[in-house]
Amino acid sequence: MKEERLSARDVSYTYEESADPALKKISLSIEAGEFVAVLGHNGSGKSTLAKLMNALYLPTEGQVLVCGMDTADDSRLWDIRRQAGMIFQNPDNQIVATVVEEDVAFGLENLGVPHDVMVPRIKEALKAVRMTDYAESAPHMLSGGQKQRVAIAGILAMQPSCLIADEATAMLDPSGRREVLDTVCRLNREKGITVVWITHFMEEAAQADRVIVISDGEEALTGTPREVFRQVDRMRELHLDVPHMAALAHELREEGMPLPEGILTVEEMAGEVMKLLCPSN
Amino acid sequence: MLNNITLGQYYPVKSPIHSLDPRTKILLTVALIVAVFLVHSLVGYALLLLFLYAVCRVANIPFKMLLRGLKPLRFILLLTFLLNLFFATEGKPLVQWSFITITDSGIRHAVHYSLRLLFLVMGTSLLTLTTSPIMLSDGLELLMSPLKKLHFPAHELAMMMSIALRFIPTLMDETDKIMKAQMARGADFETGNLIARAKAMVPLLVPLFVSAFRRAGDLAMAMEARCYHGGEGRTRLRVLRMGRNDLVAALCVAGLIALLVLEGLLLPGGLF
Repeated sequence: MKEERLSARDVSYTYEESADPALKKISLSIEAGEFVAVLGHNGSGKSTLAKLMNALYLPTEGQVLVCGMDTADDSRLWDIRRQAGMIFQNPDNQIVATVVEEDVAFGLENLGVPHDVMVPRIKEALKAVRMTDYAESAPHMLSGGQKQRVAIAGILAMQPSCLIADEATAMLDPSGRREVLDTVCRLNREKGITVVWITHFMEEAAQADRVIVISDGEEALTGTPREVFRQVDRMRELHLDVPHMAALAHELREEGMPLPEGILTVEEMAGEVMKLLCPSN
Repeated sequence: MLNNITLGQYYPVKSPIHSLDPRTKILLTVALIVAVFLVHSLVGYALLLLFLYAVCRVANIPFKMLLRGLKPLRFILLLTFLLNLFFATEGKPLVQWSFITITDSGIRHAVHYSLRLLFLVMGTSLLTLTTSPIMLSDGLELLMSPLKKLHFPAHELAMMMSIALRFIPTLMDETDKIMKAQMARGADFETGNLIARAKAMVPLLVPLFVSAFRRAGDLAMAMEARCYHGGEGRTRLRVLRMGRNDLVAALCVAGLIALLVLEGLLLPGGLF
């Protein structure tokens, strides 16, 4: 069995100023090296879930474990935050320093890492997100996608085992979104970093190993992208879309075209349609 | 319209003065300020001027830049001069006309105080011209760190300063954006009297403040997520080291002060 990185056991969370819980009895387990997408519409509680995984919030009920450490355990707080690095939605509001490499150093400085260990780690982190050329630039001169990559480098330098991205692409243009998602996918593949990718973009969720759909603070659906996006009607009930090709396949099937289930990309769609049109090949 | 504002008056070139440790520069500037008060004669001021000019040459800064720093102060300088000139009571009256009396010591004071002010401003400009704001806040943090024992928040102040520097361009962009958005809805920032224009700023400032507070909340969360917990046990990427040049600079300033003291002893009451 693979090692468990993040887990939640019957976790509920209620904001101080509200009566209704934002999360109700959520249980989940994320293994080392997994790429998990968390989907949900606005106010579904997905962002709350992210903050629980980094001990920014502590569960009202239940227990959250990061690499086996209970987030309620105050003495391991910095260890937990180092292991579960987090990037946020607004690229401007998470960069602290006036120079890129100093921002990457911020987490290491906080952890008290000695100077001569810090320097190679920063270099490596900037290389991993392909921002080496910008080491001495001012952050406000960078594009949104580049800023998010700097934020990722800042997390990587701390050598975490998990990366939690809380709608990290929501404020970016399409090319910036591509650039950030590609970077995270590559890190997941090459460095085996566990990724929790919180998003409301279906196309992004389709790239994950597993999708968890959250609705009204509860886990509504879970499974591989194919399993989840096959349930077009259920997704619409939850006020969520499915990727365009999954929706198209669904419509065509209802019109009587015998397409198989689980189509997600344009290539797959084209292949299946070709099979129907020219069965001889 | 807002993107041509530079931060402070830092003049970014490479020079031995620019690469001095900011702590050295801050301390030497303080020494220079003290030195200005040691001067009692025009010879002393000439020495100071020569010193400042020499530093400018070494720092690769045109001397004009130093003089430009005086421009916003021209009224204060003039006022200092005139007040001292007209309202001196001691000394031998030279001119007497209705309520105005100009005495010899009045002229002396007027010249001295204006020159002192002039040199104070030039001396500190030299610091800000050759030291980037971020280095300045680093230097101040380290210089003030012994005060931490007295619960003086040296680290917090430096952190606030560096975050402010980081967010100034961001907030500038935002101001520009809000201004355009309000102008598109008919807001008028450019005409009317002072009061009308001040009133016109309200629809600009309110959204700007709201957004600044939201940013502050986000940033605090992001800093916490990256294990920020104050200055304790923190290491630094940027390490300040004093080198040989710092020693040379200190010796130069010490030499200047020695000369000025000597001048005070040799020319008591001075050449003016």
